[in-house]
Amino acid sequence: MLVYLLRRLVVAFCVCLAVSVLSFALIFLAGDPAIAIAGSGGSARDAEAVRIAYGFDRPFAVQYLDWIGHVLTGDLGRSIYFNMPVTEIIGSRLPVTLVLGGLAFLAALAVALPLGILAALKPEGALDRAALLLAVTGQAVPSFWLGLMAIVVFGVWTGWVPISGLASWQGYILPVAVLAFSAMPAMMRITRSGMIEVLGSDYVRTARAKGLPAGQVILSHALRNAVLPLVSLAAVQLGVLLSGSIVIESVFAINGLGRLAWESLLRADLPVVQAIILILSAVYVLLTTAGDLLNAWLDPRIRGAG
Amino acid sequence: MAAPAYRRPLLYRVLGNTGVTLGGLVLLAAVAMALFAPWLAPQDPYAQDLTARVLPPFWHDRADPAHLLGTDHLGRDYLSRLIYGARVSLAVGLGVILVSGTIGITLGLAAGYFGGTVDMIVSFVVTTRLSLPIVLVALAAVALAGASLSTLIAVLGLLLWDRFAVVSRAAAQSLRSRDFVKGMRAIGAGHLRILFLELLPNMRGALIVVMTLEVANAILLEAALSFLGLGVRAPMASWGLMIAEGRENILFDPWLIALPGGLLCALVLAVNLLGDGLRDLTGGKAK
Repeated sequence: MLVYLLRRLVVAFCVCLAVSVLSFALIFLAGDPAIAIAGSGGSARDAEAVRIAYGFDRPFAVQYLDWIGHVLTGDLGRSIYFNMPVTEIIGSRLPVTLVLGGLAFLAALAVALPLGILAALKPEGALDRAALLLAVTGQAVPSFWLGLMAIVVFGVWTGWVPISGLASWQGYILPVAVLAFSAMPAMMRITRSGMIEVLGSDYVRTARAKGLPAGQVILSHALRNAVLPLVSLAAVQLGVLLSGSIVIESVFAINGLGRLAWESLLRADLPVVQAIILILSAVYVLLTTAGDLLNAWLDPRIRGAG
Repeated sequence: MAAPAYRRPLLYRVLGNTGVTLGGLVLLAAVAMALFAPWLAPQDPYAQDLTARVLPPFWHDRADPAHLLGTDHLGRDYLSRLIYGARVSLAVGLGVILVSGTIGITLGLAAGYFGGTVDMIVSFVVTTRLSLPIVLVALAAVALAGASLSTLIAVLGLLLWDRFAVVSRAAAQSLRSRDFVKGMRAIGAGHLRILFLELLPNMRGALIVVMTLEVANAILLEAALSFLGLGVRAPMASWGLMIAEGRENILFDPWLIALPGGLLCALVLAVNLLGDGLRDLTGGKAK
């Protein structure tokens, strides 16, 4: 287990390093970041001033090492637009996105797990077909459009929920539901296929043959093995939810990390964009590593083979 | 899984599968819409008429018969714009898989066939790519490189190759030790010839399924990016952009967003149905 743990941690560290280089290099796509920051109305002298102030005149490697050195000490740079430390701005926006993503994740899990199990009990049955239809729809509907339509129906026509913002708890209902609907299908499908496979195995047949109640066989014998693939996927989906909330936050006018990233892009506030990409990637690496370790703890076979 | 002893002719199997038939028909309709847009569209999709702004579609009382599906906030014919919008979606879908398929299949084949260090490096690159938040990175890249249809296709193509790589790696691994590959090696065939002439054709079933998945993915991402104002540029008719433009009138004229969104759903659903159906036909494992 210790060897497996160390291997996973080394890989996670290397991926974080690669991601940091990429998120730093991204701003050079603009050709010259100094001109991008100075804006379309900026003169050549403005761009030159920006270039010197932000050190864009130095070699790329020097700039990167300077940046990553500060990042490692918890300093993500200064926002050009707010003229405040990026850490402070992100600190005030991150909790909103975490709550939104976390709630959506729980909601998706609460629907996907029971639905996947029930669908697996009678493959090709009516419930299975309905679940499949729901999953296919969930994967085809663009979440921003679903959000807008939900606003029209539940906010404007019926007036059940506020149409934007998170001032009251009702404000969470639509964004969480829409986000959950996009994450649910994959989780439901993997639960279903895992359950179908496990329910057909010999040990489940034995457990049934010796007269154990069906509920106990399904929940304690079968589910434990069927959720293994779900654990890995769940980690991925949580990461996807956090970065996917960028669209939903814009639709529902929620001041989270995603909206901050989008607005920062529009006003060429590049240090903020870099920092958010870095943070979201690091969170994703953290989640998937945790998912793998959890799987290894649940299933001894992985530890040995890893 | 053992292949069934008797396989019906392909055409019958295709027609017997509702998903493939339905998805294929809708996709064909979309392709026809995109190809023949100039002849199908009743009016010029870019012609503005500020005296006829936000006219409602035909089921409303004050509809104008000249504009079957109404007009947008600049008085442009909505039906014509919807028809032209199919061009953007399909161009992005097709363009992106050409780029991402080339990258992903090359990496995956190399990783699965050679194994060892090559495999480790490719796996690491795939893991790194998966860690990047795709919507945000695509947004940033398009914003910084300058929004246009070709930038969009290039950026999404450079981001969406991971599934191609994973699937072709697995396929190459399982084919590598098969007799026909060993035979090719024995008669002195080069690695490139084995990879692209022997292995690649043998994994087309799995790759077609990934292709449909990624087409759907790319179409949805283009719509989301255009919706956020960082996809295709303004006068162009993209369904995502039309939803963004109709957003201000959402309170009184929800059909402005319902129509392009509905088409988007139908197209993505069709591509997904086609993919699911083809997976069943080619005997791949359902996930």
